[in-house]
Amino acid sequence: MDTFFLVASLVKIIAILAYIYGLLWVMGHANRWVKIGGIVLAFAVVQLALTPFGDFQILTAFDQGLLYQACAMTMVALGLNLIYGFNGQFSLGQWGFYGIGAYCAADITYRWINGDSRGLIVVAFGVVLVALAIWGIGKFLSRYRGIPVMSSFTLYLLGTVAAAAVAVFIGNALQPLLQPALGTPENPGWLNSEIALQVVFFLAVILAGAFAAIVSFLFGLPVLTLGSDYFGIATLGFTIVINTLMINSDTILPFPEMKGGRGMIGIPKLTTWFWAFAFMVLVIIVMRNFIHSSTGRTVMSVREDETAARAMGIDIAGTKLLSFVVGSLFAGLAGGVYAHYIGFLSPGTFDFLVGFNPLIIVVFGGLGSMSGTVAASFGWIFFLEGLLRVILSQMGTEAPTWRFVLYPIALLLLMLLRPQGLLGNTEWGFLKAKVIPLKVEK
Amino acid sequence: MLLEVNNINVYYGAIHALQGISFNVNEGEIVTLIGANGAGKSTTLRTVSGMIRPRSGSVVYKGEDITMTACEKIVVKGISHVPEGRKIFAPLTVRENLEMGAYTRSDRSEIAASMERVFASFPRLKERINQLGGTLSGGEQQMLATGRGLMSRPALLLLDEPSMGLSPLLVQEIFRIIKEINSQGTSILLVEQNASMALSIASRAYVLETGRIVMEGKASDIANDPKVKSAYLGI
Repeated sequence: MDTFFLVASLVKIIAILAYIYGLLWVMGHANRWVKIGGIVLAFAVVQLALTPFGDFQILTAFDQGLLYQACAMTMVALGLNLIYGFNGQFSLGQWGFYGIGAYCAADITYRWINGDSRGLIVVAFGVVLVALAIWGIGKFLSRYRGIPVMSSFTLYLLGTVAAAAVAVFIGNALQPLLQPALGTPENPGWLNSEIALQVVFFLAVILAGAFAAIVSFLFGLPVLTLGSDYFGIATLGFTIVINTLMINSDTILPFPEMKGGRGMIGIPKLTTWFWAFAFMVLVIIVMRNFIHSSTGRTVMSVREDETAARAMGIDIAGTKLLSFVVGSLFAGLAGGVYAHYIGFLSPGTFDFLVGFNPLIIVVFGGLGSMSGTVAASFGWIFFLEGLLRVILSQMGTEAPTWRFVLYPIALLLLMLLRPQGLLGNTEWGFLKAKVIPLKVEK
Repeated sequence: MLLEVNNINVYYGAIHALQGISFNVNEGEIVTLIGANGAGKSTTLRTVSGMIRPRSGSVVYKGEDITMTACEKIVVKGISHVPEGRKIFAPLTVRENLEMGAYTRSDRSEIAASMERVFASFPRLKERINQLGGTLSGGEQQMLATGRGLMSRPALLLLDEPSMGLSPLLVQEIFRIIKEINSQGTSILLVEQNASMALSIASRAYVLETGRIVMEGKASDIANDPKVKSAYLGI
């Protein structure tokens, strides 16, 4: 075995974890300019390491792929930590929302480069109209008291279907107008220029997040009334349903370009380190501000004791729904980033068994520790995919399979020796709660 | 009249837990509901605070029907429920627990003033302001739960078994404070198993038996009733 490679890989993992710590530290710096400069510097350091100088490159193309995966995994796991770690709702549905985000974003850009603007227009109008419909129905329902949840769910569902139908109509109407500007794949128009494509990619990822959030709202509304364990089973069912829909997307769903079980190919590889980094930092900032706001404390109080939280005047159902929707939003964003890094989506990636990965990461890093989740996402990807896969592959062709024996053993040991997870409740730098000085007069 | 409960019927599945209960609480009163285990005392409180819904009957607060109002809106209207078994937030400090109690309010200076009032009633909490809720003793946890209930500045405080699991000395202390809170203008609906203590501070009392009110009247009259004496006071 190549000792040099082993040492280099270990150093890489340690360097990555130190990098995460440094990033979080500088993000939490009091001086705004140091903060912004630090974030830019953190971005530039990796960008530089990814740039080849002749033959020499610190992070190889393989490492680059791992980095993108780790960024996407961080977003998924942070979302799950919000739902499970902070709000106490055991969810196995996160992977389904990740898949929804991935397919949604991929479909938008795939259609776009093939001269079909309907993907973007329908999803964009759909998301806005459905959001308006949900807001309106919510306003309407709040005037009445004691409405059963299934009745309000039916209204929301009808509103969503109506809004989606309008969006499809708008998409079909606008397509002929945009067709000339889009051009064909052989002869792209100005809307398919490099810059326009970057904008479309950005919109696609944002819309994928919003789309996943809307699905999670509709799914969560009736299902969150279940108790914690039953909720877990229901969300597992959700992931399986989504996976089955993906496998049959070309037959039972009207999306021939997704090619069902054969996997969707030809997605433009638009994810760069800039986008992966930007979306990850965005998610970390939103998550941190959410958790340390008074709404975040509401989310945690629901986990601690629902009776006490209700007695405090907290809307339990609303709080659960909010954290579920925000968590799924993160998963949808991550899906969009992932789809445009890998360029190929297969339903096998979104199988429910793989869906346990974010759960493992969240528990591994420490339930209710954001820093733990971020560190565990990076450490996990680089350890499992980077180190073990390469080391084991040098020992024989079947050996890489052994990593699925080795890492569960590592998990088992961790759970026995440190049940609160690697970091427990500790937070690093930026993610620490600001302690407001006590203002009680003597 | 502050609170008026009219003929409420509450079911847990097939079990008819409250069978047509009616009572009322006037401004500035301490009213106590006493009765054995399973008589429906806690269920009554939970119905008033909106945690469970009655199948029929009405709850009227300050002249407004709140029977189907959401729990979180009832808190804003001025009814605060201190749940049975204290239910404090163990990983939060005393101060944070109290701040949670003021969740429905937004004026920081008024919240600070309320916290001062709570500390005036419970000086022990001020000593332990930065201690985690879970590390407090049983009596201190009860004080914290009651103080947290006061943080929403309620007109009516619902207390569920404040003496549960406390030493006799602490029980006296807690009841002294309840009386003090009441003298500052908060009406109290008190549910207690410790009937003699409850009757000693209450102005009126209702006796519950398997989901019905079997007796009502002035607390001193109830305390002297031979049936109540033998059944609940053990004299």
